[in-house]
Amino acid sequence: MEIEQKILENSVSLVKTTPAKSLRLVVETRQTDPMKKIFLESETAQHPLTDAPAKIVIQDMNFYYGTVQALKCVNMTVPANKVTAFIGPSGCGKSTLLRCLNRLNDLVDGTRVEGTILLDDENIYRPEVDATDLRTRVGMVFQKINPFPKTVWQNVAYGPQLQKIRKRAILDDIVETSLQGAGLWEEVKDRLHASALGLSGGQQQRLCIARALAVNPEVLLMDEPCSALDPISTGRIEELLHTLKERLTVVIVTHNMQQAARVSDLTGFFLLGELIEFDGTKKIFTNPGDSRTEDYVTGRFG
Amino acid sequence: MKFLQRFFASGTLFIWLSGGALACSLLLIGGLLTLIFINGMGYFWPKDLIQLTLNDDSKVLGEIVDSQRIPETVTTAFPDGQSRIQLKVGNRDVYGLDFRWVDEADIAQRIWPQDVIAFERREWGNFYGWVTVVWDGDTRLAEGRDIAWNVWYPFLEQTESLHQEIHHIERDVIGAINSEMERARLHLKALESKGEISQDSADSLQQDIQQREAAYQEQIQRLVGLYERLNRYRVTLIDVTGEEKTFPVGGLVRAWRPNSMSVWEKIKMYAENFWNVLTDEPREANTEGGIFPAIFGTVMMVLVMSVVVVPFGVLAAVYLKEYAKQGLLTRMIRIAVNNLAGVPSIVFGVFGLGFFVYAVGGTIDQLFFSVSLPNPTFGTGGMLWASLTLALMTVPVVIVATEEGLSAVPREYREGSLGLGATKFESLMRVVLPCAMPGILTGLILAVSRATGEVAPLMLTGVVKLAPALPVDSQFPFMHLDRKFMHLGFHIYDVGFQSPNVEAAKPMVYVTTLVLVLVVLLLNMTAIALRTRMRKRYAGASV
Repeated sequence: MEIEQKILENSVSLVKTTPAKSLRLVVETRQTDPMKKIFLESETAQHPLTDAPAKIVIQDMNFYYGTVQALKCVNMTVPANKVTAFIGPSGCGKSTLLRCLNRLNDLVDGTRVEGTILLDDENIYRPEVDATDLRTRVGMVFQKINPFPKTVWQNVAYGPQLQKIRKRAILDDIVETSLQGAGLWEEVKDRLHASALGLSGGQQQRLCIARALAVNPEVLLMDEPCSALDPISTGRIEELLHTLKERLTVVIVTHNMQQAARVSDLTGFFLLGELIEFDGTKKIFTNPGDSRTEDYVTGRFG
Repeated sequence: MKFLQRFFASGTLFIWLSGGALACSLLLIGGLLTLIFINGMGYFWPKDLIQLTLNDDSKVLGEIVDSQRIPETVTTAFPDGQSRIQLKVGNRDVYGLDFRWVDEADIAQRIWPQDVIAFERREWGNFYGWVTVVWDGDTRLAEGRDIAWNVWYPFLEQTESLHQEIHHIERDVIGAINSEMERARLHLKALESKGEISQDSADSLQQDIQQREAAYQEQIQRLVGLYERLNRYRVTLIDVTGEEKTFPVGGLVRAWRPNSMSVWEKIKMYAENFWNVLTDEPREANTEGGIFPAIFGTVMMVLVMSVVVVPFGVLAAVYLKEYAKQGLLTRMIRIAVNNLAGVPSIVFGVFGLGFFVYAVGGTIDQLFFSVSLPNPTFGTGGMLWASLTLALMTVPVVIVATEEGLSAVPREYREGSLGLGATKFESLMRVVLPCAMPGILTGLILAVSRATGEVAPLMLTGVVKLAPALPVDSQFPFMHLDRKFMHLGFHIYDVGFQSPNVEAAKPMVYVTTLVLVLVVLLLNMTAIALRTRMRKRYAGASV
């Protein structure tokens, strides 16, 4: 009920604030776009997440790399304190959508965004929103493990230092809690001032998670965080997700279907820039509503 | 046929070709370095003196420098021909020339006299011979070849400290008085030209100048006294032909008896010679003495250039790579920058002379140093303009290398930093630039290599044969970037091709070349060591 109400409110605000052209677009997509069905379905068919408040609401999202459209009218609502997984074959736009959520795509030349993304009811693409502030609220962990070539301590303290936190004691405190939050503290507490590049791959990725946690984000975006890791490291990060979602909202892109099934509460299936189906993870993997989803999750293509 | 095809396809030939090319390059470079090294290092060895008695009963004394076959004597009957040896006979003031060729066929006898002395003099080059008389004023202190050495050698050792004192007074004390006097004089001139001078201030300034003049005269008196002490003792030297010459001991630098020295003593002297060349000032139109001012000038010019070129090049590259919208314009700029790196250096020299020296320097003189005009201060070649010209010449190298360094920084680092709420600027300063440091240092290494060896532009913008003072001294403001300076590269050219006594200057050319190569090596090694440290710190990201 709450989600539905929010969507209604937002669309009203959209209608109020956007110029005529996008209004027409909205109206048109309302009429023709099959996406709408997903929300209608979730309304009728007892959506498993109706009790969770919406954290991110994506409305009529179109994204272009130059002339190539990477996202086609995506609508979805990401609930707070849940793990939401994006799955789909390579090049389907799931990473692009993820990077739109903290406006990291702003920095890529020749890209263009249409539509709105609401984070706590506020459109993050309004011109007056400061992208750097946004990114402290929406943290990110990347597919390519990227600790900075600095010490472990410096890596974790990087974000807080950018926010002009200078006191050593406070920084030490943040570093410890963040590393604990990422389940890495016990392993690195004796080598905080050694190079982060000396850690194992799995440790490095958890360090990246700790680094993201250090700025205390509300949402954590993870772009295939385990693709370069062995099963044991992967397992530890998946465990971590279960604890993390109690304090923040997680959106994860993964190629690994089992992983999506294990860790996520909701799963969205993307194909060629379109959101084909978005539903409870259990439903997606056991009883998908769309035949293309079924083909993909059963391994018939992709 | 099939065998040949397979042979070509296997690439064996290509491997041999590439290996051979590498071997050739190494051989050439190795040969060059060996030549410079052997000739340069040989200069310092105190060679034995040989005394030749020729067939016509005349005697020659000197160091063997060279030997060669006489081309005209090679006939079918004597395929080996005859050879001749070159001796450094010294005593330029007596013989006129200090090198002489002697045909082997003319030599009747060779001996190595134990007691022969080699003198290094402040003028006229070396003297080879014996001491016969030691004078104190006009009285004879000692006579005879054997005793004289013990009597006069202590006097020689004393002169060194006297020379140092004279040098100190001439350069530092009188130099300071002169610059103060000049300042007072310019002050007076400035007040006069503005017309706001009162009688009182003019008088006080005049008095000031007169005081300094008095101080100057006092120092001159001191110098006269010192010179008297220096010239008090004299020695009469006799050469192998029996000619006599009398010198003040102060005119000698050192004396040694090479034929009676042990190997250990020679090694000690070798090291001493080497050290002296590195630390002394040149004498005798640069062909003797040391090359310290040239080393100092070279290193300092390269350092000043580096201080200018790195920030400029890095900032330009950062804008070009990170901020400028990539397109036709940036592509054209890149091509232009690359072409700029290939412009002949003399062109930069001409530009430096026209723009830096005359336009910028001339304007600075007009604005800030108008009182000392028409004497130029910055409106003439100097350390600053030479460094800036070389900076301009090497900035493309730094730009290109920095751009490459920036491209090599993984995109993930930038995104990771941005993802944590850093602005683009913060990411650049805290992550991207530190990671690009090795690339930037590569640029610096290339720039330093090119700048150290460059002579042509310097000749137009500030290098001189003999600079009266170093660009750094104890007088305010300590760093005098307006001064002209000496440079190893120019020193090579000057000593090798502009000196009146080419044969005597030859060893100096090799030594200077060797030192120049060593300086380049040293500067590069420093930068390379720095880069290795950076690489260790920023490399090895897993995955």
